[in-house]
Amino acid sequence: MSKLKNILFVLIFSIIVLNSSNSAEKSPPFLETKWTFKGLFGKFDRASLQRGYQVYTEVCASCHSMKYLTYRNLAEKGGPEFSEAEAKAIAASFEVTDGPDSTGEMFVRPAKLSDKFVMPYANEQEAKAANGGAYPPDMSVLVKARKGGADYIYSLLLGYSEPPEGVELDDGVYYNKYMYGNKIKMPAPLSDDLIEYTDGTKATAEQMSKDVTNFLMWSAEPHLEQRHKTGFRVIAYLIILTVLVYFTMKKIWSRVEPKV
Amino acid sequence: MSDHEYTPSSKFGKWFNDRLPLLTLANHLTDYPTPKNLNYWWTFGGILTFCLITQIVTGLVLAMHYIAHADMAFSSVEHIMRDVNYGWLLRYVHANGASMFFLAVYIHIFRSLFYGSYKSPREIIWILGIIIYLLMMAAAFMGYVLPWGQMSFWGATVITNLFSAIPLVGESITTWLWGGYSVDNPTLTRFFTLHYLIPFLILGLVVLHIWALHVPGNNNPVGIDIKKPSKDTVPFHPYIVIKDAFALLMFCIVFALFVFYQPNILGHADNYIEADPLVTPAHIVPEWYLLPFYAILRSVPDKLMGVVAMLSAILILAALPWLDTSKVRSAVFRPLFRQFYWILVADVLILGYVGAMPAEGLYLLIARVATAYYFAHFLIILPVLGWKEKTTPLPLSITEPVLGGTPNLAAARSDEKIEKTIK
Repeated sequence: MSKLKNILFVLIFSIIVLNSSNSAEKSPPFLETKWTFKGLFGKFDRASLQRGYQVYTEVCASCHSMKYLTYRNLAEKGGPEFSEAEAKAIAASFEVTDGPDSTGEMFVRPAKLSDKFVMPYANEQEAKAANGGAYPPDMSVLVKARKGGADYIYSLLLGYSEPPEGVELDDGVYYNKYMYGNKIKMPAPLSDDLIEYTDGTKATAEQMSKDVTNFLMWSAEPHLEQRHKTGFRVIAYLIILTVLVYFTMKKIWSRVEPKV
Repeated sequence: MSDHEYTPSSKFGKWFNDRLPLLTLANHLTDYPTPKNLNYWWTFGGILTFCLITQIVTGLVLAMHYIAHADMAFSSVEHIMRDVNYGWLLRYVHANGASMFFLAVYIHIFRSLFYGSYKSPREIIWILGIIIYLLMMAAAFMGYVLPWGQMSFWGATVITNLFSAIPLVGESITTWLWGGYSVDNPTLTRFFTLHYLIPFLILGLVVLHIWALHVPGNNNPVGIDIKKPSKDTVPFHPYIVIKDAFALLMFCIVFALFVFYQPNILGHADNYIEADPLVTPAHIVPEWYLLPFYAILRSVPDKLMGVVAMLSAILILAALPWLDTSKVRSAVFRPLFRQFYWILVADVLILGYVGAMPAEGLYLLIARVATAYYFAHFLIILPVLGWKEKTTPLPLSITEPVLGGTPNLAAARSDEKIEKTIK
């Protein structure tokens, strides 16, 4: 048994080491907020995801694309779970170029569930030209592409302030204490009552930041709920099997004089 | 090898076995006499086989959906994550499986170092193992390039650039490797092909590795030669099979925790940004399992010498059976070696740590000291220890320490045999 303890100790130790090495941060500690998607049974807050989509589409989408998302995703299980009719209506409010038709002409039609999210700019060059040379990154997997993940995005959205004394900022550059190098080309995107939530929730900057970060977390990990659910079952199954195999092993090895 | 001839009981079995002795092989694998005092560090051979099979199976399915093209690789990975049924599971198992594979192989290697499993008559097993380890690193490195994220691209650029350090032909070799004048689509497609090929080479070498193992049989924690079969051994099935299964299940629980609850913690966030040749990431770091060698590479100021040092750090292991001059295998009976062993473990962990840090100031100094020590361990400490060290008396058989308990070792030992073994 003492050997078993040793093995367990080593495994736990290694996990701690790996965890701590990744959480080492030089920027100020992130703003704290409670995420429902964390933990063993973590799930998304459905209403928050729907509000988050509203923030995205009314604020972020004017500059940021989400090219890996499809309108059907909005109605899929584990996501914002809009009804299919709602998702269809959302899609239909966008226009896409399709074709060529039978006469060889391209044509514009309302988007369908199977269409990808419509992008704000035709290409990267246009996006840069419209944003002072900075390319607004695609937001589909943004949460996973930043160290600190959801906590970082949430903190960044609320991390704008006047620059401390001695810090000179060029035109079109803003101060954000969570940004790498503290300089960011995106102006503070959210302020109290910038939008009006359809569900009547008060649209404070904190509320919107939290909702849109939730939405971005879902877009980066659309199968997170299924992953947690499957994971719990797999691990429970493995633990039961391990216990059974342990006693089988004891029984088999009892035929040999010394202990295992 | 079991000494008795195996005869299948059924007539068809006999007919078949005379033509292709698969049943003899199965019988050998079942009966294979294994030392009964093997501890849990010995279960990692089985765990590694499991890791290899897992990587091959998940890799095959991923390859059905992945597109090896610079413009489409990144989005095809997103397609796998979003739209392929259980694609997220396949990819997370494959990506974390690589880390688990290396975790297991490091434990396997350090077990061998502690118990002297590389010593005569197991040198070939050991060298085959080193080749497998080298191929694993190549496969893992090329696999990390395939998602075509920022770390993929820049990691590939840094590592392939190392070849340009070779005098005279370096530049040409690098261009040849790239299939162009920078890391680009031709590099990606050839890396994909090689990433697909190498696991099967590893599989072949694993068969040889196990074959070579079955000639002398397993080493054991006491490190002495034992009679096979005898009361010191148990048949592989069911004793070792059930024990390996138990250890494998424990390993799988840890594996599952990573896959289902922290699937991205071992990766680098930058690899979720699509490769951009015009934007260099602030810090280019390889995956955690390559960090000690990365630290050695960067600790040498000269590029060519850095590459030489890094390669030597791995190749020196192949010479280990001859560098370690001690006749006693297990560290259990080598009080001095045991201490140096743990210093080496700490040294490699330190190298791994500084490998992840920027190569400047104190980190660079630590990396240099640790690199020097790494080589000193193999080139100076081990040869000298074999001469100078006073080892403690070895037991005559496994049963002795296991059954009789260690306190009475002195009473039971045969001085003559011990002296012979130590000399």
